[in-house]
Amino acid sequence: MPTVAPLDIEGHVVAAHFLGDTPFFATAAGTIHRLDNGEKVTEAHEGLLACIRDPHSATLITGGEDGKILRIGQDGGVTELAHVPRKWISVVAGGPQGAVAYAQGRSSFVRLADGSTKEFAEQRSVEGIAFAPKGLRIAAARYNGVSLHWVGTNAPAADLEWKGAHTGVTFSPDGRFLVTMMQENALHGWKLDGKPGDARHMRMTGYPAKVKSLSWSVKGKWLASSGAPAAIVWPFSAKDGPMGKAPLELGTRADIMVTSVSFHPAEEVLAIGFIDGMILGVRIADGKEALLRRPGKGAITGMGWSATGKLLAFASEAGDCGVIDIAA
Amino acid sequence: MAEKTTDTAALKPIPVTVLTGYLGSGKTTLLNRILSESHGKKYAVIVNEFGEIGIDNDLIVESDEEIYEMNNGCVCCTVRGDLIRVVEGLMRRPGRFDGIIVETTGLADPVPVAQTFFMDDDVRAKTELDAVVALVDAKHLPLRLKDSREAEDQIAFADVVIINKTDLVTPQELAVVEEVVRAINPSARVYKTSRSGVDLARVLDQGAFNLERALENDPHFLDHDHGHEDHVCGPDCGHDHGHDHHHHDHDHDHHGHDHGHDHGHDHHHHAPSAIHDVTVKSISLRGGEMNPERFFPWIQKITQTDGPNILRLKGIIAFKDDAERYVIQGVHMIVEGDHQRAWKDGEKHESRLVFIGRDLDVEKIERSFKACEATSA
Repeated sequence: MPTVAPLDIEGHVVAAHFLGDTPFFATAAGTIHRLDNGEKVTEAHEGLLACIRDPHSATLITGGEDGKILRIGQDGGVTELAHVPRKWISVVAGGPQGAVAYAQGRSSFVRLADGSTKEFAEQRSVEGIAFAPKGLRIAAARYNGVSLHWVGTNAPAADLEWKGAHTGVTFSPDGRFLVTMMQENALHGWKLDGKPGDARHMRMTGYPAKVKSLSWSVKGKWLASSGAPAAIVWPFSAKDGPMGKAPLELGTRADIMVTSVSFHPAEEVLAIGFIDGMILGVRIADGKEALLRRPGKGAITGMGWSATGKLLAFASEAGDCGVIDIAA
Repeated sequence: MAEKTTDTAALKPIPVTVLTGYLGSGKTTLLNRILSESHGKKYAVIVNEFGEIGIDNDLIVESDEEIYEMNNGCVCCTVRGDLIRVVEGLMRRPGRFDGIIVETTGLADPVPVAQTFFMDDDVRAKTELDAVVALVDAKHLPLRLKDSREAEDQIAFADVVIINKTDLVTPQELAVVEEVVRAINPSARVYKTSRSGVDLARVLDQGAFNLERALENDPHFLDHDHGHEDHVCGPDCGHDHGHDHHHHDHDHDHHGHDHGHDHGHDHHHHAPSAIHDVTVKSISLRGGEMNPERFFPWIQKITQTDGPNILRLKGIIAFKDDAERYVIQGVHMIVEGDHQRAWKDGEKHESRLVFIGRDLDVEKIERSFKACEATSA
């Protein structure tokens, strides 16, 4: 039976991630809490809006109401990467070679490790940003589609159009697919490896609520999503991705919405966080469920696995966070 | 789901006030007053540009207006995408403020702002549209109406209209402006002031968009009999007291439909151009008890077909054999309704409905509304 080590934090906690063996929790107020021989707190932002784990380094990248983009190290050290006074920074992404992307209004920015910054003008406000798995390339989600930019060149953006507001974006780990979250309770996907000019569309609909959390399985075979009273898991292993296929519905509970999903780093096991604070672990192969945490005080807002996959840190809207030891 | 969610979600929704008005109408002055006067409440303010707000306050958020058309085939289903994001961010730390104020740009269409609070589930779960407040520059309104549709839309859409800068016009000019405002929007509460000196208690926490509360606070709000007792005068507008209340303010109950036109013709000698530039009109319907099996399909159909032309609709409906009053309101194609309270003893079981919009077929709407009456065959 998994054991839960609770960590109660004041206020809304936005994200939970591991850096090495240390769990980190980011609050909406702007503090970063880590469990490193006891709870340590770093004051990072005056109001934090986004906190992601950089996939290319053992750091967190955050954006805040104070207009700052920060990198948080494993020791809690804070490095300011950029500052856009008086603007909210709610969109950040980590790329190869120390590159960081962020967005403000109708511009995407990529800051390279040498401190130089490149700006890309966008048609509309950027609501989501992601680095491609290969090459220094970003995707910016906006109203009516996504714009792809190669950071190293001045070539015009490649625009993927689809009507409606795209509020988040992710590449599949193999770079063959691009998927966005939409304002209207749906995902939209593009197959990127087709012939030029033949960007195939994938409509993934049927969600009762907006999708706010996405997670790819270890080899990119599956894409899990929130937005329903079950984790909706789309199959991406076929050549055309999920086209014409039904998704898996895992961890179904009557009328209790899934708010966060996170795939295990090595196994095809999905952690599913619910609006009532419950967390289930579900194995894709047979749908077997394990209760990882009983309902708590607030919706699960984020989860992060340790590198070994033995520990799962979770963040809650009401501040009742913790770390689950799966192996215990 | 509400009972299953958390303490935070169970909190009372945060009221949102939408402030519209043309450049120069006094929005910034009013905002500065809201931010600086001691009224015991704190407001988060979402602005398009910090501009002249000289107050440094970490609850002022600058946001780029982003209008999103919803992908449901309805052209009037628009929301403000940036507001969804900012409100979500603000609501993660709700203890910081008592209310949210959204200031729109001078040329803004107020509809997407308002619809955001109905169409986005997350925003709707945590906030409640309190009132749409339109500031009107008494001096320049006639000109604005000539050169733009937005000025008219802002008035038509408002729950509260503040006629500002009354000190810059003559009592006669002010009378015309007030008349125009009432012609465009007979169901709004109208206040006159100068230097944005309106009592903030008339602007904030109005519950005007919540029909049930609007009715509790102002049981006659659909009656159009806004007498002078409603009006608030700023500290330096004493001069207009008593001069500008036309006789027609007191006898609205006697004339029936189409107030806008009546007023216009009554007072053409003042400034006919201002009235003629008005393209929005209101239709006030009055009927007896309704047959719900006719009324609901009717309101559905009319909002589906005429939705793009309907800016607002508000009403109280008496259904046959129903002990409770039914209140209804809408924005374009969005219609909401609910039972409000039991009819009081001796209260007349009467249905009233106001449409504010453009190109509405008065005759057709009146006739089809009447056909929903339970008494008609």
